[in-house]
Amino acid sequence: MEQVYDLLILGGGPAGLAAGMYGARARMKTAIIEKGKPGGQAATTEELENYPGFGRGTTGPRLTQAMADHAISFGAEFIKDTIVSLDLKSSPKRVVGKKGEYLGKAIIYALGAQPRMLNIPGEGKLRGKGVSYCATCDADLFEELDVVVVGSGDAAIEEAEYLSKFAESVSIIVIHDEGKVDANQVSFERAKQNPKLKWIWNSIVKSINGDELVESITLKNIKTGEESIYPINGVFIFIGTVPITNLLDGQIELNPQGYIITDNKMATSLEGVFAAGDVRDKYLRQVVTAASDGAIAAVAAEKYVHETELWDKEVINAAKPVLVVYYNPTDMAGTEKVGIVDRFVRDNYEHFSLVKVDATRNELVSRRYQIDINDLPKLHLFENGEVKQELPIDENKLMALLNSVSRR
Amino acid sequence: MIEVNKDNFEDEVLNAQGVVMVDWWGPKCERCMELMPHVEELASKYRDKIKFCSVNTSGNRRLAISQKVLGLPAIIFYQNGQKIDEISGQEIEPEDIEAKIKQYAQ
Repeated sequence: MEQVYDLLILGGGPAGLAAGMYGARARMKTAIIEKGKPGGQAATTEELENYPGFGRGTTGPRLTQAMADHAISFGAEFIKDTIVSLDLKSSPKRVVGKKGEYLGKAIIYALGAQPRMLNIPGEGKLRGKGVSYCATCDADLFEELDVVVVGSGDAAIEEAEYLSKFAESVSIIVIHDEGKVDANQVSFERAKQNPKLKWIWNSIVKSINGDELVESITLKNIKTGEESIYPINGVFIFIGTVPITNLLDGQIELNPQGYIITDNKMATSLEGVFAAGDVRDKYLRQVVTAASDGAIAAVAAEKYVHETELWDKEVINAAKPVLVVYYNPTDMAGTEKVGIVDRFVRDNYEHFSLVKVDATRNELVSRRYQIDINDLPKLHLFENGEVKQELPIDENKLMALLNSVSRR
Repeated sequence: MIEVNKDNFEDEVLNAQGVVMVDWWGPKCERCMELMPHVEELASKYRDKIKFCSVNTSGNRRLAISQKVLGLPAIIFYQNGQKIDEISGQEIEPEDIEAKIKQYAQ
């Protein structure tokens, strides 16, 4: 029998690492599956100065290594493998990697996002030949050379600053009017003071040119329509990211941009599957929000695993028919009606067992059986793991049920 | 695996007999550091078939550019002083490297 993890975390970026730490600390059997080194995109960010408590001088690789060590210290396991397919609807859920198969009671999907490509001529061919999506990786190869940065978001401006420590000049190609960037104002103000940075406004890149190495780009001014050749050695592209969801194969709901839709507990459209970090549809994609997602997802997943185990034992796999009464503990009149069921089962314990569910707290059950918490209490009869019927909470109706059961 | 630099690249790689595989890496390249133990493993496994060298691009930048290396990691195969094949980019896996080695291992 293969071992089943309580919590399988897909992806070892900040979201996955935080989830791993929370999960393992809550004594769940937790594993993080990651194909490479832990850290995700943050590990390719050299200067990382906005994680609370870790200011100037913090580097992405160091911070994420500390996160990984933290998760390991509480007992999270690392599995180095590349995931090839997922069966998220089965129970337990199945993750197929190149090296093996892994089973988990709950899944946290935290595979993040990857750099968006411009999709222009020359980009693919010259990748690694002057075209780069990672300043940390490649910056020092461009010492004494001239580079352009495409984009004007936080990543573009911050990576341009980093590149300026190596390259002779860094020209930032911005699609907007002069003085307007997508980055935060603090980064922009600082970048404007950097004498090595040049700004090319109202422009897009039409193509990247060169045989063996990048030699130039073709620029187009979107105001005038004018095209020009701009000689350059390197092209660093930071125009946002695309979520990595190709493995999902339609199993969970995505927004129109392809990001995973979750509720505020990181639950996806599929029971027991949670999402965290950049892959999720959210307002702010930062290391701190990825870690936050991971923590929430792990706590929600733990609750899910616990509730599932209890529900399976007491209801799904119960020997006798089970009367399940859903209630709201703050509703006095409702809880009195629960007493009717309570007394009925006590008098007829040889035929029935009773499970009381606080539907305002038990998300698994409320969600699975679509219990409206504004319409409580509610009573279900379960047999062989399935809802047999919904019953009104009424002594006469319960007696009728008893008669039909005892006549069998 | 032979650590090669700008001074001995010509002797060790371009003037060498048979096929030479060069692993171009840099200390800031996370993916290179990840691949390194795998590359070393492959180097000892196929040591009789192919010559294995590595170049730390930091400190050998001009050499890297002369060999058209402007992105890491880059694994380049040479024969008779000529580049005969290469794989590069963040996505390369140890299996991809081994497949290429097998292709050139006599």
